[in-house]
Amino acid sequence: MKIVECIDVKKSYRQGEIEVQALRDVSLAIEKGEFTAVAGPSGSGKTTLLNLVGGLDAADAGCIVVDGNAFDQMSQSRLANLRLHKIGFVFQAYNLIPVLSAAENVEFVMLLQGVNSRERQQRAKEILDDVGLADKYNRRPAELSGGQQQRVAVARAIVSNPSIVLADEPTANLDSETGNGLLDMMKKMNAEKKVTFIFSTHDKMVMDCARRLVLLRDGRLVDDRVKG
Amino acid sequence: MYLQLAWRNIWRNTRRTAIILTAVVIGVWSMVLLGALMRGIAVGMIKNGISTLTGHIQIHRKGYRDDPAIENRISDPTAVENALKEALPQDALWTARVRVNAVASNARHASGITLVGIDPSSEAKISFIGTAVSQGRYLNPDDRNGILIGEALMKKFDTRPGRKLILMSQDTHGEIASRAFRIVGIFKAEMETTEKQFVFVMRRASQKMLGLGEAISEISILLPEKPENPEIYHRLKTALPSAEFEVNTWRQLLPFQTAYLKILDGFMWIWYLVVFVAMGFGIVNTTLMAVYERMREFGLLKALGMKPWWILREVLTESLLLLVTGMILGNILAFICIFALAGSGIDLSALAAGAEYAGMTRVIYPAIALKDILMSNLVVLFLGILVSAYPAVKAARFTPVEALAHT
Repeated sequence: MKIVECIDVKKSYRQGEIEVQALRDVSLAIEKGEFTAVAGPSGSGKTTLLNLVGGLDAADAGCIVVDGNAFDQMSQSRLANLRLHKIGFVFQAYNLIPVLSAAENVEFVMLLQGVNSRERQQRAKEILDDVGLADKYNRRPAELSGGQQQRVAVARAIVSNPSIVLADEPTANLDSETGNGLLDMMKKMNAEKKVTFIFSTHDKMVMDCARRLVLLRDGRLVDDRVKG
Repeated sequence: MYLQLAWRNIWRNTRRTAIILTAVVIGVWSMVLLGALMRGIAVGMIKNGISTLTGHIQIHRKGYRDDPAIENRISDPTAVENALKEALPQDALWTARVRVNAVASNARHASGITLVGIDPSSEAKISFIGTAVSQGRYLNPDDRNGILIGEALMKKFDTRPGRKLILMSQDTHGEIASRAFRIVGIFKAEMETTEKQFVFVMRRASQKMLGLGEAISEISILLPEKPENPEIYHRLKTALPSAEFEVNTWRQLLPFQTAYLKILDGFMWIWYLVVFVAMGFGIVNTTLMAVYERMREFGLLKALGMKPWWILREVLTESLLLLVTGMILGNILAFICIFALAGSGIDLSALAAGAEYAGMTRVIYPAIALKDILMSNLVVLFLGILVSAYPAVKAARFTPVEALAHT
């Protein structure tokens, strides 16, 4: 079952006087439960593609469908609703809310979804236990290491059982050992909870870890292979 | 959790929050305190006006107010008194007076004054004079020649209790009547002009001196409960023929004070606006800075699925918490100042001449009016939220990608 489908997607930006073609007629389909890495050099369009699939930005042309929802027919409010219920995000810079504790950061998405307080707290603790942060519920982001913060970010992304998790260079700010641990954890989530992961990366370790590798260069999809 | 998040967010930058809070606290404090002082001036002016021989309602012979001469007297006070008994509630107080212009003199000085003939017992319940004697004693029914004069007049005439004072005025036959009185007491009033203007003798003595018989100049009424009662006023107007009598409320008798009351609200609004403009710029500026500083975070919140309206609500909640905290502290501070001033007031004796010219009492006591306090707080709250809406809308309108790319 296709969870993400991009058909002839185009996106360009203006940088001063110059128009940069970030994506040129990219077509891609991702099945439910895949563990996919979108790789390519800097400026190849990886982050742009993830932003478009996550509904954070709008394509200039083409069509993007996530879990049966075509973005070009959706209002900003419906897109926000789709992100809230179907898409989890993990950012390179962790992007946790600094004034909330680890557990509260994880709870926050459920709060937006209207989940009651007791269930929120229980699920947040369960997921933090799963990502190996059982003793860090009440720590604020500033009191956690980079790897621990990224684990909280992953916990936040998957706590509401989204259809896909989009991770934009999740290991870029981590040392190789911590990055490896994080990848193992995400693989485990993918295997156990059947969460679909799509990464953008230029880290060889992440590329090796992915079961499917999509290569972008200058905004074009140049390779797409599934490993055996 | 939204409130918790908002509360924690406002304390992320303690210094900035302290600056906004200080602005709001000073703003609210100054609005409430100045409002209480301005209201206090008004209350003092009216209270003083009413107790300085005005009362809540006065009855005169028609034409007396334009020409307070002896010819414009109430010749048959019994008829008026009967009407009063019918029209006034039982607990209303009233007194009859003779009030004419006269000249007071002693061996050294002479001065134009107003001679007031009173019934000491009923007058004491209605006007200031009953409690104003600072030297000597108050008039008593046996004082055929006793006179009370003000401290300022005593100093001007270089006299003291026990000495004589000659009063001269026109009698009912158009002749000059004069009589010697002995000073039995000195009174102190709120205003120096009152002390210089009025001298008090027994009503009987003034009637005899001026050949008035039973006639009087005015009747002053003090209503129970509240100073204004249109129903009683209209009853009196109906009971007393308008061709012969004038019935006036204190608002008609004290036009300056009434005008001050009318423009007081206008003054207050101008003051609120001035304070708020200064405070509002601070709020917009600092909230805008806070929004720009947290732009990435707003992008994240949007990425997580927060709708623009929720971001707007989040920023406004933070402003609301700041404003409410500032308002609570500002009100507490203002009330401490008001209660500290309630006992002693602000003494304007040094500026007495100027203050009296404006109709103000020597000492201003702050007066708390619920309306003023509510209004100043609501102004801060509503306008505060209104000016915070601009940064809040700005935060809500950025697209997630724009906001996340913000450094």
